[in-house]
Amino acid sequence: MPFIPHSANDIKEMLATIDVTSIEQLFEEIPAHLRVKNMPAIPESLTEMELGRLMRSRAEQDSGLLCFIGAGAYEHHIPAAVWHIAGRGEFMTAYTPYQAEASQGTLQLLYEYQTMMASLMALDISNASMYDGATALAEAILMAVRLNRKNKSNRILLPSCVHPFYREVVKTIVTQQGIELVDVPFDEKTGRLSIETLEKMTHEEIAALVIPQPNFLGMLEEVDTLTDWVHAKKALAIAVVNPMAMALLKAPGQWGHAGADIACGEGQPLGVPLSSGGPYYGFLCCKKELARQLPGRVVGRTVDLEGKQGFVLTMQAREQHIRRAKATSNICTNQGLLVAASTIYMSLMGPHGLRQIALISHQNAELLQKKLTAIKGVELVFEGPYFHEFVIRVPRSVEFVLHQLAKSKMQGGFDLSKAYPHLGECLLVCVTETKTAEDIDKFVTALASVLSCEDHSRDKTEKTEHVRTYL
Amino acid sequence: MSELIFKLSHHGRCATAQIPRHVAQKTTIPSHLLRNDEPLLPEVSELQVVRHFTKLSRANFSIDTQFYPLGSCTMKYNPRGIHQLAMLEGFLNHHPFSLPINSQGYLSCAYELQEILKAVTGMRGVSLTPMAGAQGEFAGVAMIRAYHHARSDLTRTEILVPDAAHGTNPATAAQCGFEVREIPTDKEGNVDLDSLRKVVGPKTAGIMLTNPSTLGVFEQNIEEIASIVHEAGGLLYYDGANLNAILGKVRPGDMGFDVMHINLHKTFATPHGGGGPGGGPVAVSERLVPFLPMPIVAKKEETYYWLTGKECPQTIGRLSAFMGNAGIILRAYMYARMLGKEGMERVAEFATLNANYLLAKLKAAGFTAAYANRRASHEFIITLKIEAKELQITALDVAKRLLDYDFHAPTMYFPLLVPECLLIEPTETESKEVLDAFADALICIVQEAKIKPDLVRTAPHTLSVRRLDEVKAARELDLVYKEK
Repeated sequence: MPFIPHSANDIKEMLATIDVTSIEQLFEEIPAHLRVKNMPAIPESLTEMELGRLMRSRAEQDSGLLCFIGAGAYEHHIPAAVWHIAGRGEFMTAYTPYQAEASQGTLQLLYEYQTMMASLMALDISNASMYDGATALAEAILMAVRLNRKNKSNRILLPSCVHPFYREVVKTIVTQQGIELVDVPFDEKTGRLSIETLEKMTHEEIAALVIPQPNFLGMLEEVDTLTDWVHAKKALAIAVVNPMAMALLKAPGQWGHAGADIACGEGQPLGVPLSSGGPYYGFLCCKKELARQLPGRVVGRTVDLEGKQGFVLTMQAREQHIRRAKATSNICTNQGLLVAASTIYMSLMGPHGLRQIALISHQNAELLQKKLTAIKGVELVFEGPYFHEFVIRVPRSVEFVLHQLAKSKMQGGFDLSKAYPHLGECLLVCVTETKTAEDIDKFVTALASVLSCEDHSRDKTEKTEHVRTYL
Repeated sequence: MSELIFKLSHHGRCATAQIPRHVAQKTTIPSHLLRNDEPLLPEVSELQVVRHFTKLSRANFSIDTQFYPLGSCTMKYNPRGIHQLAMLEGFLNHHPFSLPINSQGYLSCAYELQEILKAVTGMRGVSLTPMAGAQGEFAGVAMIRAYHHARSDLTRTEILVPDAAHGTNPATAAQCGFEVREIPTDKEGNVDLDSLRKVVGPKTAGIMLTNPSTLGVFEQNIEEIASIVHEAGGLLYYDGANLNAILGKVRPGDMGFDVMHINLHKTFATPHGGGGPGGGPVAVSERLVPFLPMPIVAKKEETYYWLTGKECPQTIGRLSAFMGNAGIILRAYMYARMLGKEGMERVAEFATLNANYLLAKLKAAGFTAAYANRRASHEFIITLKIEAKELQITALDVAKRLLDYDFHAPTMYFPLLVPECLLIEPTETESKEVLDAFADALICIVQEAKIKPDLVRTAPHTLSVRRLDEVKAARELDLVYKEK
């Protein structure tokens, strides 16, 4: 009986104290005909050693590839100290800090996180985290609609250069409440938003515009112009950004004349491993006048009986356990452990380190882009500045190219042909500080060799039925 | 208490070993897109960081260090071996957009967990993607809505919720655009059937129930509730927060539920992480399978792959940027494999034995059980209304004083129906000695309240801070540190 400490004698004494004769008797209130007869699908138990053997063989199947995929999840170096400390039992096996006096470690850490993240976004306040970047965007949109009491509009401009899965998540979550999402196409030449296109979308009033930086295609948007444009329409600017990039790029609170009103995004680049897409955490920051509409846990600094500094969960009157059906959100969990890792990561990097990582990732991307576009038939799709990701068009099916690259232990990027079929056979490629000049050359050589292969007829046959990707 | 890390900061200091070398400082990015100030991140050495956060960790209670009988939260032991295996390089460095041929290791674990969850819940379909219990609830209620809409039944605008329910239930129903109707509880802790019959009707989309309820008792009329709601055309949602009480004993699918979520961080022992990450997979009966959130893992011959909206056009859609909290899914899978079939049945047995034993000890010592005539499930409620009246101490005072005895406090003031209550859930992984010591502590605290009541009223006395001023925190919001 794994993890159950009871000896036969314990059980005997405990049953006597309860005044029953068997454990079975404790379930007497459950109607007998409802009781489970058999669960054949559940295998026999394993010891830790047996489990280790099984899991090592499974992990082995997925390892050893050089990764040039980004698309919302980024490989960065994670200092050993990050998970050594975040993995301490006192952080990992505590729960939501309901008993503040017994949770000062988690609470002070969250307060420090809120300070760091708000400052990285150049906004006034931050909550203690959301589930991930996509749900943080959905909550930001719900916030904007609640705040937009003036013209009662529930139309949100959600550009197609925002992560396609973020847009799907937003749709799942906010359309339950009758919010209208308006797709804004990006400029085919620049891969960015244009004011001309936006103007065409405003025959009716809007509640907010979502501004990505960088956008899903890696491109840098003209954030000042966009922010000023949406403010002139008396609507809110919601920034969805890569937090790593904000050490280098102008941060949401600094956009245009008044700054973006809400900033959100995926915290994963800051110390969280790729781990098949989660657990990550979403961050959500805003101007202080929007505080009461902020969803999720928020930590505040206060004092104890003796006037000494301490920390508590605050503004709980917004939350589900108090307001029930009238809460700002049903969320109760945040992603505390991931936030712990990120806070340790940001502390180790400091403002200088974070900027250096953003810079070198950008420079590596430029280096790779120059080398890739020198290959015959490979072209850069959009002109203009990008951060650490860019789009190339290849002369063969992307799916074929990716499968061929995988044979040389290389993950070549994200296949855009399904999310953006009008772009043709396009690949979104990412580089971070983790790649050396040799890694970059290896990738260039591998792609050149795949593309020079004469046999074009194989493009089709390579697409076996089970080789499906996401979209 | 430790200083804020910002107070340790010295301009120009950094964790040198972590900073990349040979970075050219010039960039081709246009200057109007660049940041020209520095964010307020600390400038400290690696040792300072390690020491600061290690010290902070020591100001926490946790399962690894204390008994944590937080009702409805199932704070059981989180096996270390599982954590270590989840941190294998092949899992940690695996990109969510890796090709399926490079993802078979992870996909096989997720697929097998889906099958195990179907077996323990008695349901027909599972999606692992919801990232927490509340998101699982959202998915479930959105599926109920999608089901009615697919049948062109657009008049069902109400969700019924017992007054004892977790706050997330009505909040979720509202977030899905439903009106919430509360159903009262009878004096034995069951749903009041007469009230249910009165409100159920053509507007009823469904009912959300926890069983055993948050009152720590098994809902004895569950089959009748199911038939009342089903006959009216509504569906039944099972809030899996208390699944630990019935694991391997009775299955929600067999009780008549159509949809449920499972809190992996409770029943399947994944670490709570100071408030997350969680995991809230949803399981459904046959008629809701087409509406499950995407993606789901499918298997053809010996190959695993993702099912998406293309193959399942009626899906309610995606709930996370990728495929949910994969690392939590892995841990839950490993826990299920370690328990195996026999171990899984033992979970409910020993969780229930521990709860009933502790309740029996406390009753014998004079404490008042909220539902004295009922058998406790995996948790139970004591009410301190007599102590509050006679000794002028509150449930809050007792909870805070327990911290001085090195026990985490139980859940307080929930459910809202029971005055001055403590909701106590010991879980199956605690030994008899721990339960005895906890009962002794509660007995001592009541004694203290008789002799030195201020000691209890001003507790805690031994932690890094004394009792904190929550009113000040809410009135004078101080949410970020500002440099003077």
